[in-house]
Amino acid sequence: MTAATVKVEQVSKSFGRKTVLSKVDLQMEEGQIYGLIGPSGAGKTTLVKMMVGMDLPDEGRIEVLRTAMPSLSMLQQIGYMAQSDALYTELTAEENLKFFASMFKMSRREQKQRIAYAAELVHLTEELGKKVAVYSGGMKRRLSLAIALIHDPAVLILDEPTVGIDPELRQSIWKELIRLKTSERKTIIVTTHVMDEASKCDQLAMVREGRILAEGTPEQLRQQYDAADLEEVFLRAGGVTL
Amino acid sequence: MRIRALIKRICEQMLRDKRTLALLFLAPLLVLSLMHYLFNHTGDVADAKIGVVGLPPQLTASLEQQGLDAIAYDKADKDTLLQDQLDAVIEMQAGSIHLILENSDPSQSKALQMKIGQATELLAGGMQQQGQAATSPKPGVTVEYVYGSEDTSFFDTLSPILIGFFVFFFVFLISGIGLLRERTTGTLERLMSTPVRRGEVITGYLAGYGIFAFIQTVIVVIYATMVLGMNLSGSIWYVLLTNLLLAFVALSLGILLSTFAASEFQMVQFIPLVIVPQIFFAGIFPLEHMDTWVQVVARIMPLYYGADALKGVMYKGLGFPDIAFDLSVLVLFAALFILLNVVALRKYRKL
Repeated sequence: MTAATVKVEQVSKSFGRKTVLSKVDLQMEEGQIYGLIGPSGAGKTTLVKMMVGMDLPDEGRIEVLRTAMPSLSMLQQIGYMAQSDALYTELTAEENLKFFASMFKMSRREQKQRIAYAAELVHLTEELGKKVAVYSGGMKRRLSLAIALIHDPAVLILDEPTVGIDPELRQSIWKELIRLKTSERKTIIVTTHVMDEASKCDQLAMVREGRILAEGTPEQLRQQYDAADLEEVFLRAGGVTL
Repeated sequence: MRIRALIKRICEQMLRDKRTLALLFLAPLLVLSLMHYLFNHTGDVADAKIGVVGLPPQLTASLEQQGLDAIAYDKADKDTLLQDQLDAVIEMQAGSIHLILENSDPSQSKALQMKIGQATELLAGGMQQQGQAATSPKPGVTVEYVYGSEDTSFFDTLSPILIGFFVFFFVFLISGIGLLRERTTGTLERLMSTPVRRGEVITGYLAGYGIFAFIQTVIVVIYATMVLGMNLSGSIWYVLLTNLLLAFVALSLGILLSTFAASEFQMVQFIPLVIVPQIFFAGIFPLEHMDTWVQVVARIMPLYYGADALKGVMYKGLGFPDIAFDLSVLVLFAALFILLNVVALRKYRKL
């Protein structure tokens, strides 16, 4: 395959006495959807936060596009969507998009195009003028995703992007993610609990108690754990006997 | 129709919120009662320093007996009083008494006046006994004030402090809770995942809330001086300037403290801790005669300097050179808090 866009090398992190990540090695490539799966509290969010440079590893290093993180200029290339929706509910969706778009280097025309594109992608074009306060949970999640895409980032980091989104929209979002990876060669990193989504990833890493238990394609993981589906892999990796 | 529905809805909401209702109706009563107590408080003259000029020894002795610290001068005027930090100067000229009162604490002035009146009456009585009543009648007393006038009430010295306090308090609360909401909803974190610089974020918040702080300050100052008719001896521009600096300190402090609060509830907990003590140390109670540690504590409070400058301008009519020190301390406070804010944002992004 092609060049690595995100490199995680020997990364350890602890908060106080609690070790959240220990000696994690990962590598994500261009044109790839990389899934981080694992139970809540496994350290997935800490890991992606360090990729964005919001947190520093205690040990090891993280590179994005051959630049050591944290790097302010690299943030122009990273789209991050946190678990919480993080929207200004008093503002309309369009005002939210505009606000976040203006945080990035972007011409006015580009900004307009990107807002239209991102809104169309998450099917919110008709609702742009509405205040976010009246949005449903799913709509907020969609808007949040649109904001992560607003600056056309090369690396897209999505922390549980499809929580609270109905199956139909989830499918259309995944279709778009796959299109982004194939035609625009983006690196997409997704954390998820949903095994059906995990199976759509090109590469998976099973995170548990701060360690990478297994890594590979969904098919490889299935074979490694001798499981019928990913759900079973997930449970077996966690030591549950079936 | 819409208006009626709105009014109805608001009334219903208010009637269901008993606590807000109680605050609305009872809090003013409480504050007024407290004010009433403060107005009628008689000043403490125990350590008062007064200059005496040409006073009969009996009178000086009688004043000293009452616990006043009398210092004899050949000649004394307002400047002597200010220079030597006297609370009053008593001068006897041709049988009449001229009294100059510093009057930065009107309650103390009133008490002083009373003591001096008692002393002179005692003196007059004593002279009568010696059979000199015909030649020296009870001396007349003329009074002159350095600051304010005989109409000066305690409230005149209090009002500058109150203006400063309200500006400080509301700006603190609004900016603190405003930013806290950004923290709890995660929008601040999201903001920090963009290439925006920490300094830019803080500047943005300071300017954004600063606009509202500015409008609020202008409204409060104009209302206090024009509508309430509060005493304004100096320039209104200095009042505005001081209040703006105070607002800026409150703004940066509010934003800073919101870092240490996990919820709106915790933010409100800072009020009794950070805001309330400042009122008491801002000059509502004269601090000059209190213990050294009290004065040290006062000097770490931004409102102390703001109130001092406001009192100087509004009551004493001081100009810029006299309040420059206070203002520069406020600037330093703001600069310190802003710097700490930029550092505190590292919580969200290490760069």
